[in-house]
Amino acid sequence: MIVSFISTVLKKGMTMKLESLRHGTALLKRGLAKMQKGGVIMDVTNADQARIAEEAGAVAVMALHAVPADIRKSGGVARMADPLIISEIMDAVTIPVMAKVRIGHFVEAQILEALGVDMIDESEVLTPADEKSHIDKVGFTVPFVCGARDLGEALRRINEGAAMIRTKGEAGTGDIKEAVRHMKQIMGSIRELKGMNDEELMKVSRKLGAPFELVKETAEMQRLPVVNFAAGGIATPADAALMMRLGADGVFVGSGIFKAEFPEKMAKAIVEAVNNYDKPEVLAEISKGLGGQMKGLDIHVLSEDEMLQTRGW
Amino acid sequence: MIRIGVIALQGNIEEHVQAAERALAERGGGEVIQIKHSGIIPGCDAIIIPGGESTTVGRLMEREGITPEIKAAAKHTPILGTCAGLILLAKHGDEQIERTKQPLLKLMDIHVKRNAFGRQRESFEALLDIPVLGGEPFPAVFIRAPAITHAEKDVQILASLGEYIVAARQKNLLALAFHPELTDDMRFHHYFLDMI
Repeated sequence: MIVSFISTVLKKGMTMKLESLRHGTALLKRGLAKMQKGGVIMDVTNADQARIAEEAGAVAVMALHAVPADIRKSGGVARMADPLIISEIMDAVTIPVMAKVRIGHFVEAQILEALGVDMIDESEVLTPADEKSHIDKVGFTVPFVCGARDLGEALRRINEGAAMIRTKGEAGTGDIKEAVRHMKQIMGSIRELKGMNDEELMKVSRKLGAPFELVKETAEMQRLPVVNFAAGGIATPADAALMMRLGADGVFVGSGIFKAEFPEKMAKAIVEAVNNYDKPEVLAEISKGLGGQMKGLDIHVLSEDEMLQTRGW
Repeated sequence: MIRIGVIALQGNIEEHVQAAERALAERGGGEVIQIKHSGIIPGCDAIIIPGGESTTVGRLMEREGITPEIKAAAKHTPILGTCAGLILLAKHGDEQIERTKQPLLKLMDIHVKRNAFGRQRESFEALLDIPVLGGEPFPAVFIRAPAITHAEKDVQILASLGEYIVAARQKNLLALAFHPELTDDMRFHHYFLDMI
């Protein structure tokens, strides 16, 4: 299908061989994530919300059947969104469209790839399909983003082929503290690697349960080898700016926008906040008069069972 | 000393800064600065508009007051636009650009098509023949790439892929549909720096 598409494009004046086009390489997959840096990716549940997100300046939208706050409320098994709704969202906007699959559910992922979704989120927000294995993501043409709470988890996901990492935070709560914890955890561990020799890095690699090569690459780059966004609990422009200050490459906002009183205003304000995260005067202006924010849920009222971040390993 | 400014609002800014620094180091030095707000562009010898989401970058450039400065600089300063940057340089957009009311800089006499090759699944790497860079093919990385569907007579076509133009120059303006900053081949950067 891909080859026939490209051959249509190349039908006239072709100067190169079809087999010389390479798809789904790590460079292309990680490259898409790089284009998202400094941007806001917004959760949407229908085409109208997707248009609002695009208009506000989102760099991509995440298509799902309900925002995490509602998934939390409704309980039951949370699955991949209806492909019809995802297709409607893909038709509605020109920015990349991402969608979520259950941890380990490689068939949901194949369905999303067949649909032409631009990136797949193997997400703890949905009910895991496999309690032992995440999806083997290397063989997919479409890139994956995965959640992580610490450096070991991030590097294990990258080793499985993830092209982008995000903090797990605690989705659907509007409580930022878990995202802060996870980002600080990851950044702190990366700083600790600085100046270590191979022997020390090998020890860390065993402790983290992550491949030595990736630990070494991270130590040398002094950052994750892929783009690293913040997610899980971002509800205001100040939250988004806080995560950028802590070193995030960009942010995902889930329930924070469409659970706010004025989603358009909130969406625009969060986009501007990410662009001006280090300017408190500008943030003060941006944060004025945004109306009611998502109500939120202090995560201390959640029992261990109700936590989404403990899904995956 | 040569000073290159990279528009640093959204997209793969870091990669562009590193590639530009490397190219400058290979030819006697210079500095690369990030442009996040107005007032910096007039002091730059060359400007790079990175890849990212063109809608987002275009809107943020307007909000930050960068748009009129780039337009003024375009009369004499070399400007390189890659991917989203190519879209922003164009005078004529496609129906997607019309519908999203995307602000364009309208500097080059080219007609562009967003996501010309399809979605991410269809993104590709290819070796391109680019005569102005010499005999060796150039490794080009196309990510949800746009393309030029038509170029008017003052535009020099540097590379094509089938019916699409993927690299073009009009005087001091250079538009690429792909990402030279994501590979180690610095020839396009040197070609651009030679335009200063």
